[in-house]
Amino acid sequence: MSEWWSYRLGSFLLFSQRTYGSLVASYNAEVWPLQPVLVTLGLAALVVAARSRSPLHARLVWLLLGGTWCWVAWAFHWRRFAAINWAAEYLAWVFALQGMALLWAGVVRPGLRFQPPSPARSALGVGIVAVALLAWPLVALGLGRPGWQAESFGSFPDPTAIATLGLLMLAPSAPGWLMVIPLAVGALGVAMAWALQAAAA
Amino acid sequence: MPLPSTDRRTLLRHSLMLSVCGMLPAHAQPRRELLPTSLPPSPSRSPLAVAAPLTRPIPSSAEPVPLVGLGSWITFNVGNDRAAREQCADVMQAFFGAGGKLIDCSPMYGSSQDVIGHGLRSRDALARVFSADKVWVSPAARGPAQIDASSSRWGVPRFDLLQVHNLLSWQEHLVTLFAMKAAGRLRYVGISTSEGRRHAELEQIMRSHPLDFVQLTYSLRDRRVEERILPLAQERGIAVIANRPFEQGDLLRTLGRHPLPAWATELQCSSWAQFALKFVISHPAVTCAIPATTRVDHVRENLAVATGRLPDAVARARMAAHTDKLL
Repeated sequence: MSEWWSYRLGSFLLFSQRTYGSLVASYNAEVWPLQPVLVTLGLAALVVAARSRSPLHARLVWLLLGGTWCWVAWAFHWRRFAAINWAAEYLAWVFALQGMALLWAGVVRPGLRFQPPSPARSALGVGIVAVALLAWPLVALGLGRPGWQAESFGSFPDPTAIATLGLLMLAPSAPGWLMVIPLAVGALGVAMAWALQAAAA
Repeated sequence: MPLPSTDRRTLLRHSLMLSVCGMLPAHAQPRRELLPTSLPPSPSRSPLAVAAPLTRPIPSSAEPVPLVGLGSWITFNVGNDRAAREQCADVMQAFFGAGGKLIDCSPMYGSSQDVIGHGLRSRDALARVFSADKVWVSPAARGPAQIDASSSRWGVPRFDLLQVHNLLSWQEHLVTLFAMKAAGRLRYVGISTSEGRRHAELEQIMRSHPLDFVQLTYSLRDRRVEERILPLAQERGIAVIANRPFEQGDLLRTLGRHPLPAWATELQCSSWAQFALKFVISHPAVTCAIPATTRVDHVRENLAVATGRLPDAVARARMAAHTDKLL
């Protein structure tokens, strides 16, 4: 289909930066102060993943992670984002699927422990999670948007997906397919942010 | 000497003042041989009223449609943001106040249908709108349910025009739409495409089906339809809706880097927006252009473009050649 080559990234944008920013700000205001609670829990999960070898602690981390994917599926995609993006209903199912997969692999089934195989991989995993938890919310400010438009771990798709990738790197026994959706979500998020910035320029 | 590009808000203010003073030839009759347009009857127009836009007839019915309509792609997809919804409703109110009629939407455009419905209800404009929507679903068996949902979101009992969006499942959807028209549940049937895609297939559909409307991308820069599609529309008696006349603002951003040519004043254009829109609506095959906006001053300026004299074929060629040199 030759016409597919005529599409640009911006061709798939259904909304403006202003509208998306307003939706993010409204969502943040509605769920406040859940954001700092989830980021704090994420930091605790990072400490556990980096230091603890307890199976129980590992299960709690996967419980948190699976739960946040399901929360983002329902609270963000299904209830909010779907208002301006028909594809968000499908994204909600994808996020719920990833959440259930994490719960199944990390909580229901034993053995998904945090045992980084090398210091380098450990440092990379910790670094990625730290970026998702601490640096990602600052992206909005860096782009000149108000603080209420910050996207944080556990409430928004991109930082949740990035933190998941980092934590999966710290668990070498995690099956590779658990990374597929987080990688795709990260790529989609970057593409959407790029297109929104380009359209607003 | 080139003129500086004028701010749209300033331009609107000035054009309204000129209109009030009777200095704009808003009642000037266009050259009939080139432009089958007509001015709507307005015998009791007050001196302070904004001039009504020029119209062109829909070939299949002779019903006049103002040359400038209102698109909703991206601009009206504001979700549940109340302030933004009211702003869109204000744009619609200004649109109708300036004589606009045709509003175009699609179920693909997120919350735009709901926002239009809110605007029509809150601004008491249900009786004034020419409602143009689309069917965009596959499998096509879900088309009737989608159309019902769309009309409910608009708050209209029936649409004036339904188009098959981007040729998706067009064979099946056209059967549905023509059946609706035959049953009196739809006034016009159309098909849409954008940004020059699938023109060969569009041409084949235009030749083989009794369409009332076709919607396509036509702008000062993107003139691909001039060669075959627009002449075919004239030959077959199909009305044309031109989408993306400003290419989502990209065309104006590009042209804005250059000064407006001095001879643009002869065409009653004081901004690139006027220049670009006037070019599109002056093509004799174009029935209506549908620029989208979130700003009241812009929608008024867009409608004002259709109140003045339109460029003839010679002027249009000059406009295109000048633009080609700049882009």
